Amino acid sequence: MVETLAMKEPQIVSALNLSWEKVRRMGHQLTTPLLPDDYLTLINPLWSSRELRGRIEKVVPETDDAATVVIRPGWGWRHDHEAGQYVGIGLDVDGKIHWRSYSLSSAPRRSGGTITITVRAMPEGFLSDHLVNGVEPGTIVRLASPKGDFVLPSPPPEKVLFLVAGSGVTPVMSMLRTLDRRREVPDVMVIYSSPTKERMIFREELEALQDKHPGFTLHEQFTDDMGMLGMEDIEGICPDYLERETWACGPGPMLDAAEEHWDEHEVGDRLHLERFSLDLGGDGAEGGVVTFQNSQKTIEADGATTILEAGEEKNIGMPYGCRMGICHTCTLTLVEGRVRDLRNGEEFTGPNEKIQTCVTAAAGDCTIDI
Amino acid sequence: MAISDVKEYAHLTEEQVEAFGAELDQIREDIEKSRNADDAAYIHKMITFQRRLATAGRITLFASGYKAAWVAGTAMLGTAKILENMEIGHNVMHGQWDWMNDPEIHSSTWEWDTAQPAEQWKHSHNYVHHQFTNVLGYDNDIGYGILRMAREQRWNVFNLGQPIYNALLALLFQWGVALHDLDVEAIRKLEKDPEVMKKQLLQIWQKGRRQFIKDYVVYPALSGPNWKSTISANVTANLMRNVWAYAIIFCGHFPDGALHFTEEEVEDETRAEWYLRQALGSANFEGGEVLHIMSGNLGYQIEHHLFPDLLSNRYAEIAERVRPLFAEYGIPYTTGPLHKQYGQTLRTIMKLTLPNKFTKPDREYAEINVETPEVPRGRKKPEELPGKRSELGGWSSSRQSA
Repeated sequence: MVETLAMKEPQIVSALNLSWEKVRRMGHQLTTPLLPDDYLTLINPLWSSRELRGRIEKVVPETDDAATVVIRPGWGWRHDHEAGQYVGIGLDVDGKIHWRSYSLSSAPRRSGGTITITVRAMPEGFLSDHLVNGVEPGTIVRLASPKGDFVLPSPPPEKVLFLVAGSGVTPVMSMLRTLDRRREVPDVMVIYSSPTKERMIFREELEALQDKHPGFTLHEQFTDDMGMLGMEDIEGICPDYLERETWACGPGPMLDAAEEHWDEHEVGDRLHLERFSLDLGGDGAEGGVVTFQNSQKTIEADGATTILEAGEEKNIGMPYGCRMGICHTCTLTLVEGRVRDLRNGEEFTGPNEKIQTCVTAAAGDCTIDI
Repeated sequence: MAISDVKEYAHLTEEQVEAFGAELDQIREDIEKSRNADDAAYIHKMITFQRRLATAGRITLFASGYKAAWVAGTAMLGTAKILENMEIGHNVMHGQWDWMNDPEIHSSTWEWDTAQPAEQWKHSHNYVHHQFTNVLGYDNDIGYGILRMAREQRWNVFNLGQPIYNALLALLFQWGVALHDLDVEAIRKLEKDPEVMKKQLLQIWQKGRRQFIKDYVVYPALSGPNWKSTISANVTANLMRNVWAYAIIFCGHFPDGALHFTEEEVEDETRAEWYLRQALGSANFEGGEVLHIMSGNLGYQIEHHLFPDLLSNRYAEIAERVRPLFAEYGIPYTTGPLHKQYGQTLRTIMKLTLPNKFTKPDREYAEINVETPEVPRGRKKPEELPGKRSELGGWSSSRQSA
C-alpha cells in the first residue's frame, strides 16, 4: 500500500471518536429509530454526523467567473482528506438538494477549521453558477466525505509533472499547497492552460510558488493567444516529461488525449488522471447488455462500469449528482434485469425497481427507464 | 360480489378508459413539475414540529407523577407518534419526498416509530397492497388475515370471534402490522422460505425490542420515582396511536363504496384500468385540515391510491381536479364523514362474523358483470405475484445499514 501525504489520524483522535460513538449509541436508545443527531440539528444545524453538513463561511472571488467557497464542516467531518481528493457538496435550490463533486483546493489540516473548494461558474453548470454567484454566507450545505485516489504519495516522487487546464487546477493546488507547507517541493513542472491571463485561477499564487522554490517551474499557456497545447508540444516545454510521475486534471478530451499519448509511449502507469470516478471495491458484477428504454440504445458494459458511466458513454442525458451513492439524484427505474450495488454486493432485480445508477453495474442484461 | 372487468363495470369504452387515464397522467405530470421550495418547507416544518413535540412530551413525562404532566405529556407524545407514523413515515416511505434528494428524508433510509421494520412495510404495503388493491386473494389488507372483510372470503367458525379480534387489532395495531409481512399462515403451513423468514423475524425482533425498551424501560428509568406513571403514559400514547392509525386505515378500503375485484381483473390490466380499479376500490373521508394532517392525508385515499408517491400536502389540490374528472366519466367518488365511513366498516366486521346466509350485503354493485367467487384463506406465494408496476411510483428499497 502506498503511503500518502495525509497519513492516518493519530491514535488519540480515533480513541476520541470511539467514545463519541459510544455516547451516540447510548443516545440512540432514547431516539430510536432516529439518531440523537436528528434531534440535535434542531438546536444547531451542524450538530449531526448522520449526513455530513457544513456552513458556508464566505465566497472569495478568484477570477470573473470563479470563486473559492470556504466551508466549515460540522460534526463527523474527519479532517484527514488527502490533497487531490474531492468532496460531494449538496446545495438546496428550490426545495431540492443539488449535488456535485468538487476537488478540494485547500491543503489538508489536521487541526480542523475550514475547507475550501474552488468553482468556476459553467454556463451549463446550474450548481456551479449558484456557488459562485448566488450562495449566501451562513448557508448550510450537505457534504460527502472526501473520496478519490488522485493523490500524491509521501514522500513525493523526485520529479513531478502537473498537466492542468481550467478549473482542473484545484486538486493540484491542494497538492502544491501541501508540498509548500511541508517544505518538500521536489522538481515540479506545472503546465497550466487557461484561455486568458485574467481567467487563470490561482495565477498569482502559482507565480509566487515559482519564485519561492528553485525546483518549481510554471508554464502558463494562454490558449486564446497561444493556441491549444497539443500533447506533442509538451516535449518542447518539459523534455523529460515521460520520466516524470504525471498528474493531469482538466476537460475530458484533454485527459483522453493524455491517456492515449502516455500509453503510446508505454508509460501509462506514470500518468494519474482525475475523472471523479469511485473505486467501489467489491467483486464487481458479471456485466451485460444495458438497454436504455426510450432511445433503445444499448451498450455492452463490463461488471466494473456503472450504469451511469454506461449511459454517459452512449450520450444519454443521465441525471447525476454526487457520483458516490449518497444523494440519489442519479436514481432511475430498472425496468427489468439485474444490477448489483458495487459497494456492498446487494442485488436489485426488476421490474420497476429504483436503482442508484452511479454505484450499480449490470449483473446480466438489463433495461433502464430513460 | 366482485368486479372482473372495471371497464365494462364502469360502462366505459376502451377509448374512454384510456382518455380517463391520460387525464390522470396529466395531473401527475403537473404536480411532479410543480414541486417546489414550499413543499420542501412543509415537510421540514412538519418533521421539526413532530420532533419538538415528541421531545416536549418525553420531558414533560419525567414529571408524570403529577396528573397534569401525565395528561399533557401523554397527549403530546401520542400526537407526535401519530404524526410520525401517518403524515411523515408512511408518506416518506412511499417515496413522496425522494425528489428532494435528501438522504435523510428518503424512502431508502426512513425508519419509522413503530414495531414494523420499514423494509417489510414497503413490501407488504407499497407493493402488495397498492398494486393489488381490493383484489380478492391478492390484497392481504382485506382483513389482514385476521378479519373476514369480504363476503367472498370463506366463512369459518373462527370468524365468530371477529368483534374481539377487531378490538384487539385496534389496540395492538403496531404489533399486528409488525407481523403482517411475515405471513403467519404460510409459516403455520410450513410453506414459508426459511431464509426469508429468518431474516424477517430477526428484523422484527431487533426493531420491536428497541421500540419496547425505549418506551417501557429507558424513559421510565429516566423518570426516577415516576417510573410507573411514565410506563402508563407511554402505554397510553402508543394506544392512542394504535387506535387512531387502525381507524384511519380501516376507512380507506372497507366502507361500502370501496369495491372488490376478482383476479381476472388484474390479468392484462392496462395503466388506465389500473387507475380505474384504484378509483373504485378506495374511499375518502371528509374533514378539516387538522384531521387530514393527523391522518397522513389518507382522507384523500383515492388520490393517494392513484398517485402513491405524490406529495401528501398536495392531495387536497389533486382532489379538486380528480373529483370533477370522476363526475365527467360517471365514476363514483366514495366519501363521507369519518364516523360514517367507520360506521360502515364496523357494520361489515359485525355482519361477516356470521355466514353469508344470515346477512345482506351492503356494498352496492351495479347489476352487470359482477361475480361472486369464493376465495380461500391464505396468500399468494411471492412467485405467484406479478412484478411491481410502474404506476406505484418511486420508492427505493432499504439501504443496508452499515
